[in-house]
Amino acid sequence: MDFLTIIQVLDSTIRLATPLLLACLAGLFSERAGIFDIGLEGKMLAAAFFSAAVAAISGSVWLGLLAGIVASLVLAALHGLASITFRGNQLISGVAINFLAAGMTVLIAQDWFKQGGRTPSLLTQGRFGGIELPFAIGPSDAAAYGRPLSELISETNVVQQVYSELISGHSILVYAAFLAVPLTWWILFRTRFGLRLRAVGENPAAVDTAGVSVVGLRYAAVAICGVLCGIAGAYLATALQAGFVKDMTAGRGFIALAALIFAKWRPWHALYACLLFGFLQAVALRYQNIHLGSFVIPVQVMDALPYILTVVILAGFVGKAIPPRAGGEPYVKER
Amino acid sequence: MEVMPKWADVVLIPLISLLLAAILSALVIIGIGEDPIAAVKLMVEGALGSTYGWGYTLYYATNFIFTGLAVSVAFHARLFNIGGEGQAMLGGLGVALVCIYLPWPHWSLALIFASLAGALFGAAWAAIPAYLQARRGSHIVITTIMFNFIAAAVLNYVLVNLMRPKGSMDPASQRFPDAVHLPSFQDMFSTAETALFRGAPVNVTFFVAVLACVAVWLLIWRTRLGYEIRAYGHSETGALYAGISPFRITMIAMLISGGLAGLMAINNVMGEAERLVLNATEGAGFIGIAVALMGRSHPFGVFLAAILFGFLYQGGAELALWTTIPRELIVVIQALVILFTGALDNMVRMPLERLFLWLRKRSG
Repeated sequence: MDFLTIIQVLDSTIRLATPLLLACLAGLFSERAGIFDIGLEGKMLAAAFFSAAVAAISGSVWLGLLAGIVASLVLAALHGLASITFRGNQLISGVAINFLAAGMTVLIAQDWFKQGGRTPSLLTQGRFGGIELPFAIGPSDAAAYGRPLSELISETNVVQQVYSELISGHSILVYAAFLAVPLTWWILFRTRFGLRLRAVGENPAAVDTAGVSVVGLRYAAVAICGVLCGIAGAYLATALQAGFVKDMTAGRGFIALAALIFAKWRPWHALYACLLFGFLQAVALRYQNIHLGSFVIPVQVMDALPYILTVVILAGFVGKAIPPRAGGEPYVKER
Repeated sequence: MEVMPKWADVVLIPLISLLLAAILSALVIIGIGEDPIAAVKLMVEGALGSTYGWGYTLYYATNFIFTGLAVSVAFHARLFNIGGEGQAMLGGLGVALVCIYLPWPHWSLALIFASLAGALFGAAWAAIPAYLQARRGSHIVITTIMFNFIAAAVLNYVLVNLMRPKGSMDPASQRFPDAVHLPSFQDMFSTAETALFRGAPVNVTFFVAVLACVAVWLLIWRTRLGYEIRAYGHSETGALYAGISPFRITMIAMLISGGLAGLMAINNVMGEAERLVLNATEGAGFIGIAVALMGRSHPFGVFLAAILFGFLYQGGAELALWTTIPRELIVVIQALVILFTGALDNMVRMPLERLFLWLRKRSG
């Protein structure tokens, strides 16, 4: 395995980790505020469809992104209504949202486009293209020299390879996702809003006593979760792939949930966990079975590894994962 | 003091929730430009209008009875088992191993042992999340979700690398021998003149499912263990005070739950496909959640809800065949049922409670 191959796998790691990271941060906001959310998958899926659909119809990827965020917000509002206003079971609500998205996306896709539950393939202006950072070798150089990009990159030096292949050339949503990590950290741990949001997930009665609205804070957290899931879904359909296909999230919402537990509900660790799980996906995508001498790791092990790791972490064998204390509990003002 | 009479809680609230789900589903059908009344007619015609339709409706219902009971038993201990899907997949593996690798003289013997194997494999798959919940406090919802994905990977590996016959591209096991063929309703009820249930997959396991309903009812309401499970579900501290071990109840409830989910495999794997295929469960484990919620975790309610979902499944397939409405409509209806009977329960309950309070004040 040569150096460039490793860089390519890492590059694909970043692309695959981005939706996980956005969804994971979404779950982080929600669960830190005491609202469990196993509906990340459904919100991403709804956003993926509506972003691709609107981008396909309008030709504007930004309108698509907006539509994706709105769709995800609607489902987030439903989750808020069920789990905050009506104090229902948050887990059941999440399950319902996942099914609602899985069914509605195909239903509407079939009604609008009649292509068997998918959107038409998006053309260039309907997608988020790669951003070429300064001094990086990108498609424009390839066009100028009239040679394939891969050839140009394989001929340059190591630093330029890392810069051009790994750091440059991603869509704007990838950079946004990575910037969201310090931003999330700053909001949660350096602002008054963040302090209250965390408090409402640990001890809502104390927040209520201080005269701050528990319901308002929780709705805010669920809304932020909706926006981030919306971006994650839009990234899937308009940047990672070109259009929506049925069930395209393929369990990513649950991997993000796993990453969230793996990270023990902390932003920077969420980044590491998502990069790890993205790496596993990238390796599984590139190599089917991995041969280590006479020993073969089947591809299914790579598929299952995020879930196995999460169970191990949850079991507390490698450092215990303790969720926010008031998580999953509806808040009732008077007893 | 109970605010509402019992009949309102058991019958009225589920019916109103169901009605809300039905109205929204009708709106969805109108939204995609079809006629909901014609759609319902077509569904009733296709699912209940012939013995063939009934054969499919009851076949699906059999699956949903098992998974619905599985979720219900866990609910009684206030455990949310989302892992029915994975447990049913593993149950399928158990059933397939018994059917393929052991020689059976008669289907009835094979059915008994396949049931045991399916239940055993399902229970084993539920045992790890149960143990982690009981001993390590790992949230059972998350672990059972993870175990669904792990089960899919395990099954994929086993089918692709171990059980696939040589030369076959299809990730599926070999066909089961003829000796383990379960009698279908067609075999049982057709006479020489009239063929009933022709080609429909419903088979003798439907009666096993009915038996399972009775057994679960006896267990939950007529045995000491069932009492302990319900007591634990109502109040963990109360149960502890009464000398009930949370560890024991968590383990037993989840083992029974997983076992019931695993039992589903005798219907879909042994009864219908007669070989083990990828994704044999087709989401039945998740429908169990909707079925248990709608049936209020009572075996009789689960039975009725399972028939209803069986009807929706078969009717939905007919819709997809004759109209432009895709099968995913059923997923939407399923989501709405879960939403209204599960998560938005209070939305129906709160105004009703107020209504009953007001009525009582007026009369008293």
